[in-house]
Amino acid sequence: MSAGAGKTARLPEDDGPTAAEEVLIPPPLPLRTELSRLEIERYARQLVLPEAGVRGQLLLSACSVLVVGCGGLGCPLAQYLAAAGVGRLGLVDHDVVELSNLHRQVLHRESRLGRPKARSAAAALRELNSAVEVVPYELALGRDTALELVRAYDLVADCSDNVPTPYLVNDACVLAGRPLVSASALRLEGQLAVYGYRGGPCYRCLFPKPPPPETVTNCADGGVLGVVPGILGSLQALEVLKIAAGIGTSLSQAMLVFDALEGGFRRIKLRPRNPNCAVCGDNPSVTALQDYELFCGSSATDKCRSLCLLRNDERVSVDEYKTILDSEVPHVLVDVRPPVEVDICSLPQAIFVPLNKLQAKDEGSLRLLGQRICEARQMSNENKAFPVYVVCKLGNDSQKAVKILQGLSYPGLGLISVKDIRGGLMAWATKINPEFPQY
Amino acid sequence: MAAPLCVQLEFGGGAELLFDGVRKHQVTLPIQPGPWDIRCLLVWIKENLLKERLELFMQGDSVRPGILVLINEADWELMGELDYQLQDQDNVVFISTLHGG
Repeated sequence: MSAGAGKTARLPEDDGPTAAEEVLIPPPLPLRTELSRLEIERYARQLVLPEAGVRGQLLLSACSVLVVGCGGLGCPLAQYLAAAGVGRLGLVDHDVVELSNLHRQVLHRESRLGRPKARSAAAALRELNSAVEVVPYELALGRDTALELVRAYDLVADCSDNVPTPYLVNDACVLAGRPLVSASALRLEGQLAVYGYRGGPCYRCLFPKPPPPETVTNCADGGVLGVVPGILGSLQALEVLKIAAGIGTSLSQAMLVFDALEGGFRRIKLRPRNPNCAVCGDNPSVTALQDYELFCGSSATDKCRSLCLLRNDERVSVDEYKTILDSEVPHVLVDVRPPVEVDICSLPQAIFVPLNKLQAKDEGSLRLLGQRICEARQMSNENKAFPVYVVCKLGNDSQKAVKILQGLSYPGLGLISVKDIRGGLMAWATKINPEFPQY
Repeated sequence: MAAPLCVQLEFGGGAELLFDGVRKHQVTLPIQPGPWDIRCLLVWIKENLLKERLELFMQGDSVRPGILVLINEADWELMGELDYQLQDQDNVVFISTLHGG
């Protein structure tokens, strides 16, 4: 019996093909003893640094780095690592390049919109430094692939954008004995730390429990200024280079926190490794990778979550709302997005009351809303419940607002029927009016 | 009896959004019979600064998972966590971990 041509050999106890088998596991990089004339010319400016030198450059060229996520952090990180002459870069990303990525994910190009990010980044890096071996992995890192991939690399950079992936990457790094350089960025802030390095704490020592899903904001919801992940990804590259070149890092058991508004950094002294840690402790309970989406109660993408707070008869589709609009049914449309988003785009007939004002029971906002509904009701002769529609960007906040508005009281308000518009303005843009901006 | 304490509270990583977007708060904690520890401080924050959506900041008598607490630039675990006794002019920071890239 022989394994099929081109297939990875399987252990007999394996009970079926797994995704891991399709992942290219490259052979170890050879150790080198000298630099070529071209390499000397190329890396001259860092070779003359006593901290790096020829020895550091040779170590870099023998080092492989797995980059998890080719977005706002992964792009600048991979760019500097390739430029500096790291031997091999593995690039993991399951997503494709979108227009809203380009303000921060600086390796991607307009010409590569819709292409897989891992390939797009690989193409840019090969152009930058053809001597660096670049291996794209078009996949979402999962429990079936993570450990094998992490084992095949010397160092791991977590550039992911969600809650479960850092736990997955951390556990794989602990199990494989690889240092993890981890960064994150959102809005105007960033955080950077090195985990599992020379006896220091791991990510789980610091965050044994994942945050409740409803407390987590992603880049699509919270926004991010492009240069902020640029700064964090560059700092992350610096720590990777220091570790790879044998200089070592000063961010083990420490975290660097960046505040772009203040223009400053804060360096925090962290707790040491926890001997009771579930994965890196003295008697670990986690000895194999788990289901991290289950552990965190959220998905391993940065895509927005869909809430389901309302019954079907408390919601209308964008098509139904279009019909209501076209047949001039008297109604009030309430847009509950924050003012900064209303400035981007809005429907002309909407009145604007941000959700946070409703949640805070802001008197001025509730009075305005009551007045507008009463005025609109006077224009219609119907006696039945007056229709009020609530819209937001994606149809989550609008459901929360409906719940609040169902309890609205105002002198002379009468009976109202409050419903939200499923999918919000982004569904309006996709299904009804392609000219309407998407953000 | 403990004297009133002046401490600086800071919120970051998005935690400031629960406090009207204000990151730095200079606060004076009133005289109370026992010492001011972090446990008492959290109750004081809950009653005086945090008006809504408590569950986005606290869980039980501690902060929710995903918020890192720093006392004078050090991880609170090094300082005794909830039992740390506040000193005048202490700086306490609450940073929500970020999940963006």
